[in-house]
Amino acid sequence: MNANEIYDRIKNRFPDGVLEFKADAVVDPFVVVRPELIRDIAAFVSSDPDLKFDFLMSLSGMDFNDGNLGVVYHLSSIENRHRIVLKAKLPKADAQIPSVESVWKSANWHEREAFDLFGIVFQGHPDLRRILLPDDWEGHPLRKDYKAQEYYRGMKVPY
Amino acid sequence: MAELRTEEMVLNMGPQHPSTHGVLRVELVVDGEVVVDAIPHIGYLHRCFEKHAEVMSYQQIVPYCDRMDYLGSMNNDHAYVLGVEKLLNIQVPQRVEYIRVIMAEFQRIASHLVSIGTYGLDIGAFTPFLFCFRDREMILDLFEMTCGARLLYNYMWPGGLSHDLPPGFVEKARAFIKHFRPAIKELNELLSYNEIFVKRTANVGVLPADIAINYGASGPTLRGSGVKWDLRKCEPYSVYDKFDWDIVVGTGEMGTLGDCWDRYMVKVWEIEQSLRIIEQALDTLPEGDVQAAIPKRVRPPVGEVYVRSESPRGELAYYIVSDGSQKPYRVKGRAPSFSNLSLLPEISRGYLIADMIAIIGSVDITLGDVDR
Repeated sequence: MNANEIYDRIKNRFPDGVLEFKADAVVDPFVVVRPELIRDIAAFVSSDPDLKFDFLMSLSGMDFNDGNLGVVYHLSSIENRHRIVLKAKLPKADAQIPSVESVWKSANWHEREAFDLFGIVFQGHPDLRRILLPDDWEGHPLRKDYKAQEYYRGMKVPY
Repeated sequence: MAELRTEEMVLNMGPQHPSTHGVLRVELVVDGEVVVDAIPHIGYLHRCFEKHAEVMSYQQIVPYCDRMDYLGSMNNDHAYVLGVEKLLNIQVPQRVEYIRVIMAEFQRIASHLVSIGTYGLDIGAFTPFLFCFRDREMILDLFEMTCGARLLYNYMWPGGLSHDLPPGFVEKARAFIKHFRPAIKELNELLSYNEIFVKRTANVGVLPADIAINYGASGPTLRGSGVKWDLRKCEPYSVYDKFDWDIVVGTGEMGTLGDCWDRYMVKVWEIEQSLRIIEQALDTLPEGDVQAAIPKRVRPPVGEVYVRSESPRGELAYYIVSDGSQKPYRVKGRAPSFSNLSLLPEISRGYLIADMIAIIGSVDITLGDVDR
């Protein structure tokens, strides 16, 4: 299926869940969805026989620098050989989104990484801890307004 | 006599254990000798690749890509430059693509040789390790005569290559292949079908295909479970569609499908496929200028690309977002080792502590790739 057909299929099932579809984007088309519905949409696209997105390639945090954070889901289907990109926008002040860990286990570590580097909270994640940075690190470095802490355990941080 | 009550114990493996192939710590919950749970702790090698990438121009990022998976530098560069070229919408000369494929496949062989050699070392076979490193040196010699570096090359640039092939490369590459084919046979006799080695790896760490897919596993880890999935064939990039070769998958020949032996053996078989690709590429190598398409200023239009490639460890992808300036807005490296390692608890439960050594080695991670 191409991106347009995939979009139609998701739109039919979740008429209110899809906010935007950019088919003419440079290189990769993407679908923007409502964050609170992401787990339902994930469950649908992974189980629907025509879509069958069984492989979550990548889950990336994102700072749109307009007061919104975001999560980008790159999905692929090993069986049907097609792919799609889902995006969800979250306000920076209250960046929460349901976890899709129950649908794709690969989301477990990827969501921990997005939590670690962007401070996005994944509701329902079984083990939401920092993964790459030390547990007592302050702040989330990939946010565009990040300022590194002066000292970490007595060591000067900015060089 | 009252029944003996046993308690679970927590055992730390690493962060400097030789079998963890780098600084990885695995927290083992054990009941006697049986592993109840294995929790990997990563991040010891985190070098902020994604943060660095936001303050550098597109070309300056290439050497950083080298350092992600330091055993597969050529493959890292290949994926990244493909992404930048897609964003820029430029076509590179055929010769560039052919040379990239030759280098990427040589790198795959070199990487698999490290993996195979150190895996034998983990299990207690010392000699195959020396054989593997002897042959890997010859590949590194080829890289050195091409671009001067033996480990981190900065060889592939957006739009081209830093150097053309030097005189004598093709002959030396053919001589290597001629020497190397019998060496694989030797390796198989020495290690792959060695009874002790098979006993340690067959029926250990069995990974069913559906769990592998659900955890986002890729590369030999996924193919070891019998899934015929290789991005070089399934979503061909570069010029991989011009060559005749096969996807190899695990067969369960020595035990259960998806066990450590299968994951190991897929790598051995893949070396032969890589040799086939290199031979065909050398035979049909087109002429041309390898620097003709290199742009002077890289300023992609606003957009984003997710480019997938098959690195020695699996699906290596870069998600590059451009805001139209000379620096990328965001670069995410999707590292194959990261997802592959996340399924470690799944294939460790119920096996013995001694099996953990075989299991960690069979997943074939590079910690630089996991932590980025």
